[in-house]
Amino acid sequence: MSALQPQEMATPAEARAGPNAKTPHRGLGAGRRIGGWAGRVAPPLALIAAFVCVWEWGVRAYGVPFYILPAPSRIARLLVEERSLLLTQAAVTLGEVLLGFAIAFIVGVGLALAIFSSRTIERAVYPLVIASQTVPVFAIAPLLIVWFGYGMLSKVAMAALIVFFPIVVNSVDGLRAADPDMVHLLVILGATPAQILWKIRAPASLPFVFSGTRIAVATSVIGAVIGEWVGATQGLGFLMIHANAQLHIDLVFAAIVSLSLMAMALFLAVSVIEWTALPWRRAGT
Amino acid sequence: MTPLLHITGLWKRFRHNSDWLEVLHDVDLTVGRREFVSLLGPSGCGKSTLCNIVSGLFPADRGVILVDGEPLGITRGRVAYMQQKDLLLPWRTVIDNATLGMEIQGVPLSGARAEARQMLHRFGLEGFERSYPALLSGGMRQRVALVRTLLCRRDLLVLDEPFGALDAMTRSAMQGYLVRLQGEFGRTVLFITHDVEEAVLLSDRIYVLTARPGRIRAEVPLDLPRPRHPTDEGVVREKGRLLNLLQAEMAKAFV
Repeated sequence: MSALQPQEMATPAEARAGPNAKTPHRGLGAGRRIGGWAGRVAPPLALIAAFVCVWEWGVRAYGVPFYILPAPSRIARLLVEERSLLLTQAAVTLGEVLLGFAIAFIVGVGLALAIFSSRTIERAVYPLVIASQTVPVFAIAPLLIVWFGYGMLSKVAMAALIVFFPIVVNSVDGLRAADPDMVHLLVILGATPAQILWKIRAPASLPFVFSGTRIAVATSVIGAVIGEWVGATQGLGFLMIHANAQLHIDLVFAAIVSLSLMAMALFLAVSVIEWTALPWRRAGT
Repeated sequence: MTPLLHITGLWKRFRHNSDWLEVLHDVDLTVGRREFVSLLGPSGCGKSTLCNIVSGLFPADRGVILVDGEPLGITRGRVAYMQQKDLLLPWRTVIDNATLGMEIQGVPLSGARAEARQMLHRFGLEGFERSYPALLSGGMRQRVALVRTLLCRRDLLVLDEPFGALDAMTRSAMQGYLVRLQGEFGRTVLFITHDVEEAVLLSDRIYVLTARPGRIRAEVPLDLPRPRHPTDEGVVREKGRLLNLLQAEMAKAFV
C-alpha cells in the first residue's frame, strides 16, 4: 500500500497538467510531499547501515590490513581527525567544480538558445554536439594539462566539458517543450518574439534545465577529480593520488567520502533551488 | 453601419501528403457590432481553421476579411481568441494569467491588476487570485481563460468551442456567465460550436456549415426572447430545425 502512495499523489496533478503533461523526469526536487520522505529515505539508509556493519565486521574478523581495506570506523575517525586537511582540499575541488559548471551553464544555455532560434545553427552544430559525446573526456585530460597547466584552469575546463552536453541537450529540449498553442496565443495577442521567449519558452524550459543541471552538477565533480588525478598540486583528487601512492588507503577512502558528500550536497542544492524557483511545479501535489 | 467582421469569398486548403485538402470553400459571413454569431457545424468542417485565419495566425488562400472596414493584414491583435484548451500558463498565478493580454499590450501593471481582480470577482474566482492553475477545476480554469480573453479589450471575441471540454453542468453554468456578460457589456462574439442547443441558447444568428470542405449551408436568424431556456418552445423549435439541417452533414462527416 505504502509503495503505491507516491504514484497516487502524483496522478491528479499530472492529469490536470493536461496538455502540458509532457514533463521531464521528476527527481528529488520536484513536487513531492515531504510527508512521504521518511518512508522513502529509511530503506536506503538501512541498507547502507547494513553494508557498513558487514564491512566493519569482515575487516575485523579477517584482520584485513588498513592499507588494503580500512574499516569504516577507521575512515570515520580519519574524517574527523583530518577534517581541516580534507576541508581545505575539498574547497579547492569545489571551486573548480563550481567555476567549471558556471562556465558550462552559461555557454551551454547560450548555445541552446542559438540552436533553438536558428535552423542553420541547429543543422551545423547540434550533430557535432551529440557526436562530441563519443570522445572520452577522460582521454583528453592530459591534453588539458598541457594546454592549461597544472593549476586550477585545467580542472575547470575538465569539469565544464563533462557537463556541457547534458546542459545543452536538456535546454534545447526545454525550449522546444512549450505548448505550440500557448505560443500561438501570444502571437495572436501581438507579442514580439522576445516576449514569446521570455513569457513562454523560458519558463516552460526551466524544469528541463533544472533536471539537466541536477545531473550535471554531480557529474562535474567527476570531471574535476579526473583533472586532479592527471596533474595537480592540490584538491581532493590530488590528495587521493598522493595518499594512494603512500598506501594511505584510509585517507583515500576519506577523500572518496568527502567527494560523495560534496556531490550529494550539490545535487540537493540544485533541488532546493528548483523547489524554490518553480513554485508552480509544486501546486496541486 | 459596416459590420465589425465582414468575410467574403474565403478559401483555404492545406497540403495533405501529396494532395491538397480543401478546408474552407467560398465562405461569406458577417458579424454585426454587438452581435453574437455562432458557427455551427460537424467536427472537421473547418471551424477552427476559420478562427485561426480571423485571428491572424495564418492567411487565407483567397478572400477578403474586413475588421471594422479595414483589411485584416499582417497586423495582429484586433481579435481576442479563446479555445477549448484553457492555455493558462502553469507558472503564472490566476491573476497574472488574467492580465497576460494587457501586459503584452503594454497596459500599466497596477491598473491591469485592479481590472483583472474586479473581473475575477465577477466570475466567482475571488480568493483564487494567487493560486496556480494546477489547483483549479476545469470550469474555473476556463473562467480564468474567459477573463483573460475579455480583458484583452479587443472589439471582436472569437470563441472556438470554449466549453467543449467541460462537463454538462459546468458548461451550462459557463453559458450563463457568457449570457450575462453579453447583456452587460454587449461584446461582439463569433462563437464556434458543434452543440446545437448551445448555439440556440446564446446566438443572435447562426451559420450552419457543411462537412469538409466547409461552406455556408444556411444562415438562421434567431429572434427568440431572452433569457432563453432549453425547454422554451421557441428554443426547442429552432433546435429541431437546425438538427434537421445538420443531420445530412453529420452523416457525411462520420462516414
